[in-house]
Amino acid sequence: MQTAAPLLEVEGLEVEFRTRQGIARVLDGVTLSLKPGQTLGIVGESGCGKSMTALSIMRLVPTPPGRIGAGAVRLKGENLLQASEARMREVRGKDISMIFQEPMTSLNPVYSIGDQIAETVRLHERLSRRASLERAVNMLKAVHIPAAERRVREFPHQMSGGMRQRVMIAMALACRPSVLIADEPTTALDVTVQAQVFDLLKEMQEKTGTAIILISHDMGAIAEMADRVIVMYAGRVVEEAATDEILESPKHPYTRGLIACVPHMEEQPPPERGALTEIPGVVPSLAALGAGCSFAPRCSHADDLCRRQAPQPFTVGTDRRTACWLYDEPGAP
Amino acid sequence: MTGTRTPGGGADYLLEVQDLKVHFRLPRRNILTSGGTVHAVDGISYSVRRGSTFGIVGESGSGKTTAALAAMRLAHVTQGSIRLDGVEMTTLDGDSLREMRRKIQIVFQDPYSSLNPRMRAGAIVREPMDLMDVGATGERDGRVADLFHRVGLRPEQAGLFPHQFSGGQRQRVGVARALATQPELIVCDEPVSALDVAIQAQILNLLRELQHEFGLTYLFISHDLGVVQYICDDIAVMYLGEIVEQSDRVSLFSLPLHPYTWALISAVPSARRRTGDRDSRVRLQGDPPNPIDPPPGCRFAPRCPFAVDQCRHEKPTLREVREGHLVSCHLVGSDGVPPYAAAGDAS
Ligand SMILES: Nc1ncnc2c1ncn2[C@@H]1O[C@H](COP(=O)(O)OP(=O)(O)OP(=O)(O)O)[C@@H](O)[C@H]1O
Ligand SMILES: Nc1ncnc2c1ncn2[C@@H]1O[C@H](COP(=O)(O)OP(=O)(O)OP(=O)(O)O)[C@@H](O)[C@H]1O
Ligand code: SF4
Ligand SMILES: [Mg+2]
Ligand SMILES: [Mg+2]
Repeated sequence: MQTAAPLLEVEGLEVEFRTRQGIARVLDGVTLSLKPGQTLGIVGESGCGKSMTALSIMRLVPTPPGRIGAGAVRLKGENLLQASEARMREVRGKDISMIFQEPMTSLNPVYSIGDQIAETVRLHERLSRRASLERAVNMLKAVHIPAAERRVREFPHQMSGGMRQRVMIAMALACRPSVLIADEPTTALDVTVQAQVFDLLKEMQEKTGTAIILISHDMGAIAEMADRVIVMYAGRVVEEAATDEILESPKHPYTRGLIACVPHMEEQPPPERGALTEIPGVVPSLAALGAGCSFAPRCSHADDLCRRQAPQPFTVGTDRRTACWLYDEPGAP
Repeated sequence: MTGTRTPGGGADYLLEVQDLKVHFRLPRRNILTSGGTVHAVDGISYSVRRGSTFGIVGESGSGKTTAALAAMRLAHVTQGSIRLDGVEMTTLDGDSLREMRRKIQIVFQDPYSSLNPRMRAGAIVREPMDLMDVGATGERDGRVADLFHRVGLRPEQAGLFPHQFSGGQRQRVGVARALATQPELIVCDEPVSALDVAIQAQILNLLRELQHEFGLTYLFISHDLGVVQYICDDIAVMYLGEIVEQSDRVSLFSLPLHPYTWALISAVPSARRRTGDRDSRVRLQGDPPNPIDPPPGCRFAPRCPFAVDQCRHEKPTLREVREGHLVSCHLVGSDGVPPYAAAGDAS
């Protein structure tokens, strides 16, 4: 049981987007907390608000059409939602950095990767050109890029997808941020390369002590990497717990469905195969959410209360929460 | 009962592919570079039992899609033989080719780009019947309605355009279209990779139901080993245009023989491999090499943790080492013991 003070706290975050169908509440009361050195996984289906949570923390929500309506994002106690834009430029890259699914979109094709890493370093630390290029080479070595001295002069298109993601990690960690947000960092990569990137993230975390928010739709990846997990559905956090707990005894009906519907690779495949568990229906449109629990239309436990009123997160056991009326009373299933 | 070939093509097999090669010539960019040839598929043989699901797994660029498109004669066949229902496909043309093609349909990965955005869903599903002249003209709309119903869509949704459907519904439209000509073989090229896991389960269940109902045979391409293990009966593992291992689903996962298969399986993230186990599993260095200049000898040798000199010079051949279990690796003994077990540090 760690008792370290949280490094990053997000509280009651609300983000809205103006869309043709009306106002879409893309994030609704998102709350999370991250301790130093910890890895927090965010999992959920496409469109549930994982990336938007990350962008809100970085204050990069496109405004308009988007808008952060309420909430707080506290980094070591400082509310970033009230910080100046100049302060945010300092924070991004230095305190919190982010890597994305497709490294090509965040690497500049016309500069060598060495120049790009050095540029990030010089933006945040007063270093000479030479010293920052040296840092770039060292970072490339740290992420196991072979022949770093030579590759530092190469351009993004000269590298494979896995190599580019390593470069992104090198760049993101060059200023030793206390938080690294990795948004689906391996979705575009082959599994053998994904495994290399995950190993690298773990290794760099051990070396630098950075806390990681890992966003993924793959519960397997989260299970392997994260200490704690939050599960999101339609802009809300529906469950939060330690990884082992969530895997062993998922509480929220959505989490249970999410874990059960995936065909798991077994070392001894059973000869007979039954049908996969399905979550019926589809994710609701965020512009047309009613007052009730957003999962109610797909939930086999839903009753009148569920359809009428959205549940607040209830505490279950110690240190875990779930937003489901089934857990209103202590000692519920 | 096994996934191996029977000589002479027994009636058991709907699709038999022999020594298939698909090479692409690249244009020369300038006078200094030679164009080069992409060895996308380089001499593969496999047979698909009627009514079964045959899986092809492998990393991006290993040639999975090309191998399937060639089987449909949608990619140029450089060499080899493809027999569907005993009929040699590579020499067919005109009407006879069209007739054979009716028996093979395909479901693509991307339900967003594989459907014509300007056509209504009903017309999309009907189109192959019109193109291949299947069934009486007057009965086709009724068949479209039946198909919509069968894949879990409402018949009145036939009037909608692709963008008015969710991703999973679009994939249902794709499946209905594939079923329209009453094919025997359906090629499923990553049919659930673009879908959320909850929707993925719905489509996988649908595919299995349809298979039982219509006795369909599937050629199923995927890079997701969990999905492959669930849906496939027999599986071929491809690496750089070649099949390196092939077996039924149980043996492949319980006793992977090729070091690449072993690495692939051990790279799949899972709860069981948290923390403690991480160090004990095999890690491949680097990325798959380029199919333009495949390395001599075993193509996996540059990334293989067990490679010896022989691997770098001599090409291993695919051979049966256990019943129905084929592997192409010098270091797998004739007793079917894989190199990682022989090395003593079994995981
Ligand atoms: N510019 C925008 N205008 C309107 N809605 C938007 C905009 N950007 C995002 N959204 C909506 O915000 C919601 C959350 O999006 P977000 O990108 O956070 O999802 P996600 O969980 O990261 O999904 P994915 O797994 O597909 O990356 C989605 O429903 C999306 O449609
Ligand atoms: N028309 C073409 N011209 C030239 N090269 C091609 C062509 N089609 C495919 N290739 C090359 O052939 C190789 C095999 O491609 P293929 O699409 O079959 O791989 P795949 O296993 O399906 O990969 P993925 O998992 O990414 O879909 C790749 O190197 C690819 O770049
Ligand atoms: S033949 Fe050699 S290089 Fe190829 S997989 Fe087997 S051990 Fe590895
Ligand atoms: Mg996202
Ligand atoms: Mg493909």
